[in-house]
Amino acid sequence: MAPPPRRLLLALFGFLTAAVLATLVAAVYEDQVGLADWHQKYIGKVKQAVYHSQKSGRRRVVVLTEENVIASLDLRSGDIFWRHVIEKNDPIDQLSLSLGKYVVTLSSGGSILRAWNLPDGQMIWETNIQTSTASKSLLHVLSSNKVAKDNLVLVSTGRSIYAVSSIDGVISWRKDFTLDDLEIKQVIQSPENDIVSVVGVAGSSKLALYQLNAKSGEIVKDAQESLPGGLCGETVLGSHDVLIALDQTRSAIFVIEFKGLSLSYNKVRVSNFVQDLSGTVKLLPLMSNGIIALQSSCTVYLLKLKGMDGLEVIHSFDRPAAVSDALAITEKDEAFAVVQHVGSQIEFIVKVTSDLSNEVIREKVDIDQHRGSVQKVFLNNYVRTDKSHGFRALIVMEDHSILLVQQGAVVWSREDGLASIVDVMASELPVEKEGVSVANVEHNLFEWLKGHMLKLKGTLMLASADELAAIQSLRLRSSEKNKMTRDHNGFRKLLIILTKAGKVMALHTGDGRIIWSNFLPFLRASKSGEISSALRIYQWQVPHHRVMRENPSILVVGRSGGDSVSPGVLSILDSYSGEELNSQRFDHSVAQIIPLILKDSSEQRLHLIVDSNSLAHLYPRSPDALKSFIHERSNLYFYSVDIQENAIRGYSLQKSCDLNLEDEYCFSTKELWSIVFPSDAERIAISETRKLNEVVHTQAKISADQDVMYKYVSKNLVFVATVSPKAAGEIGSAAPEEASLVAYLIDAVTGRILHRVTHHGAQGPVHAVVSENWVVYHYFNLRAHRFEIAVIEIYDQSRADNKDVMKLILGKHNLSAPITSYSRPDVTVKSQSYFFTHSVKAMAVTQTAKGITSKQLLIGTIGDQVLALDKRFLDPRRSLNPTQQEKEEGIIPLTDSLPIIPQSYVTHSLQVEALRGIVAIPAKLESTTLVFTYGVDLFYTRLAPSRTYDSLTDEFSYALLLITIAALVAALVVTWVWSEKKELRDKWR
Amino acid sequence: MLLLCVVLIAASGKGFGLPAKTSNTKVILNGGQKVTFARPDGYFAFHNVPAGTHLIEVSSLGYFFSPVRVDISARNPGHIQAALTENRRVLNELVLEPLKEEQYYEIREPFNVMSLLKSPMGLMVGFMVLMVFVMPKMMENIDPEEIKQAQEQMRNSPVPSFSGLLARANS
Repeated sequence: MAPPPRRLLLALFGFLTAAVLATLVAAVYEDQVGLADWHQKYIGKVKQAVYHSQKSGRRRVVVLTEENVIASLDLRSGDIFWRHVIEKNDPIDQLSLSLGKYVVTLSSGGSILRAWNLPDGQMIWETNIQTSTASKSLLHVLSSNKVAKDNLVLVSTGRSIYAVSSIDGVISWRKDFTLDDLEIKQVIQSPENDIVSVVGVAGSSKLALYQLNAKSGEIVKDAQESLPGGLCGETVLGSHDVLIALDQTRSAIFVIEFKGLSLSYNKVRVSNFVQDLSGTVKLLPLMSNGIIALQSSCTVYLLKLKGMDGLEVIHSFDRPAAVSDALAITEKDEAFAVVQHVGSQIEFIVKVTSDLSNEVIREKVDIDQHRGSVQKVFLNNYVRTDKSHGFRALIVMEDHSILLVQQGAVVWSREDGLASIVDVMASELPVEKEGVSVANVEHNLFEWLKGHMLKLKGTLMLASADELAAIQSLRLRSSEKNKMTRDHNGFRKLLIILTKAGKVMALHTGDGRIIWSNFLPFLRASKSGEISSALRIYQWQVPHHRVMRENPSILVVGRSGGDSVSPGVLSILDSYSGEELNSQRFDHSVAQIIPLILKDSSEQRLHLIVDSNSLAHLYPRSPDALKSFIHERSNLYFYSVDIQENAIRGYSLQKSCDLNLEDEYCFSTKELWSIVFPSDAERIAISETRKLNEVVHTQAKISADQDVMYKYVSKNLVFVATVSPKAAGEIGSAAPEEASLVAYLIDAVTGRILHRVTHHGAQGPVHAVVSENWVVYHYFNLRAHRFEIAVIEIYDQSRADNKDVMKLILGKHNLSAPITSYSRPDVTVKSQSYFFTHSVKAMAVTQTAKGITSKQLLIGTIGDQVLALDKRFLDPRRSLNPTQQEKEEGIIPLTDSLPIIPQSYVTHSLQVEALRGIVAIPAKLESTTLVFTYGVDLFYTRLAPSRTYDSLTDEFSYALLLITIAALVAALVVTWVWSEKKELRDKWR
Repeated sequence: MLLLCVVLIAASGKGFGLPAKTSNTKVILNGGQKVTFARPDGYFAFHNVPAGTHLIEVSSLGYFFSPVRVDISARNPGHIQAALTENRRVLNELVLEPLKEEQYYEIREPFNVMSLLKSPMGLMVGFMVLMVFVMPKMMENIDPEEIKQAQEQMRNSPVPSFSGLLARANS
């Protein structure tokens, strides 16, 4: 047979590519939400909580967190009613309620005052306040006893005080005090008349008192007094006319009385009334009539004010964890809560100021061991049906979780440590044991058929609303995705998450539930207040499951202090159970961690930890690991990017440390090359490399005109972008003439610059992603005043001659020539840039098991959504009018900007608030990649960049298939009978 | 320098069940330098913005806003120029409107017979049905003489069939 004409083939090919192009968008249907994805909302570690007043009848609490989130939570369940995530550069300091219907927040060092509607979180108004100095600001909402329509909010910063109407945010008056260096410490509202007392400290020892008319801001009275010995700045109100201040040494207390115009004070040494006091003390902001609280290193003292003469210890708590603010329960009475650790439980004690000898509540509450110690407690009361007072408290734990304790039990808890993720890693689930067959999933044939009939009805649009709901719940309930074993497609995995608090958690990819959590002891803040920081998490051991019956394990590396020179710590955890197998404290710091591809005989991965003295330490410390490492040592190179010195340096490893101690696991490093950027012209903005575990399937790219281009695929490729120092700031700070961005492609072994391109009039922030033989980076073009995304593709020119089949056959090719980083690579570079609408917060690329599937860029936009953009839109070979051949190859005609197709948002109609990172994990199924996105929220989904070409989708209707088969069989039988009859008839004829 | 603008969101939030509210509309200056929220009436303001060229982005779920380039004149204070960066349209007043609503979900096509018929399976079935019912008719229409002739031809030049080959090999 003659071959089909070429034109026909081309037409067919064109048709196919057109069909593929039509599927560039892989979107979900609305009823598919929650099938393969999950979304979790968090708020972060609570630093302030304000309860709704009793009268409003709503059981809600408004919280402010360290992740700069304000949220309204349901006190019954802990669910979020509304939430706002504020940018990190606008930190909220204080939160208060006004008029029972507004939430007032003060942020950016007292310069922005905002009011939010309490029921729904809508912002009502925003007022900008001129702040002169970077001083601590105070927010004080005046409470009006009268049925007033308006309430004033007082904001004091430095030596100014502002009164802002809480209805519309208009500044009603402003008062600047003339005293130099005045810092307002307290704003006190006298209960009877409209007089506001302002107490400030000027310099280190001068105390000033002003009484202002609350309506107009006029000074009614003022008084000043110098205090001997100076003040440390901590003040607290003892009662409505007594101020307590700590002196500079933190060992004596000033009792300052301000009756009318007169200021009188008395200095009392703390050691006079507190026996065996060690160290300094701290004032706790426990505002209570005549009661103040002092905290020494391990004890909290409650002191009663006895006139001017002194104080008396009335109670002391040893080893308390937290003390709450006082809560007014009646006109005169106030209550406060103390939480203590008792063994594995916590003790929750509530006392009333009128009767301090007795406790209203003393309850022991069981708490999960992996939550650490209590950090804060916020007390709230409610009136029981018998008119007595009941108490509940919000307890903030060391792992950033919050618990609501009521009647001796934890009512609900929130794992808010997940709002501050430091590192993420995927780990496999255990293999399904023999004996447990998969067959029991379809346990009931009838149920199964019924489910499929429902689905069929759904697809034929015949289902009623109830049935649709049933289909949805059936889909969500499908237990298959939540099993605790490895699946054939590799969709079920554990996401191992390291949080800022130092907690390691494993989430199931099926529904995002926590499988295990471990609050690592070495990462917890020690008694001396030393802050540890969690750094990274790595795969430590992945035993070949047929050979070894051991569980895989993970490595957690941290620092036992805040700065980069503090010694490091490591911990090894079992990744199935979370148990700590081993932990170790280094005698060196951690500057860089390099996971090697080498393994020792027990399949532990080798890791090199480089300290701040540029010494490399090998882990695990076993002779076996050392042996395999020594063997490969001469082939190991690494590089470091020094932002401070504006340089990149490459190193090789030397024989051993030149330290005196005999440590054979320590290696000195030798600087091989360095690229120092001129700091007056360029500043390093970003450096990026390929993901270590990335798989490249084909080395060559064949274009439609039968031409072969060899990709320059090198693990040692580093992308570095520098910006001119003037353009290093925000957009709008630099003119186009003085801004430039230089992109470098550097070989990390030799330090050779493979490619360098300058973008004039461009500035950061730069986000980049490196994969296979290409780099994609996002920056701001000042001339066009738009964001741009540029792509650079690198091709190996030295292998470009290997196209001749004859040469390949005759062996006259250079494919077998060793590829080494030392030889000068002959590369060609193609690049192109496109406009992109949005700012970018994070960028990543999809990864698949074998690297065959086409890639998609995952772009975290300013709107906290993740956009999947096909790599074909970022192809330097795109041109305005692609030829017929290029069109067949799938090249899209060039447009000046990249399309934003709403259906290609991976996060569909959800937002991952404060998005920080996107992680793509390959599934076992080649077409599919797992995407985990984190910020304050978490989002997980499955993506198929070229659609699921290797498996049937969940949408596939098995019932329709069965019905078709049944119909065909029936038709067969019927036609067979017919033909038999006809044959018989013919024979009779 | 104070910058006061309005965000307008069409109140027709139908279609994808998203509340057409301004409550979660963020207005972002210079890629995150300052972020503010739109008030219920849509107004927002940035304070202390220096003279120069700035970029305002609006993030509101369900709507596509073009970033706005804002030039604040240093020479004559209060003089502000604004233009959409997407289509270079100059804004006479600082009113930011979404360019379009965003539909995040694919819309399910309602079931219809035509789409089923147009699918590859449908086409195949259609072709088969055609062959089953139309071909015999066509055969009937052909002149019996011609059929005979064709059969004659077939006999004269027999197609070397596999069974024939086998038979020959056996013999």
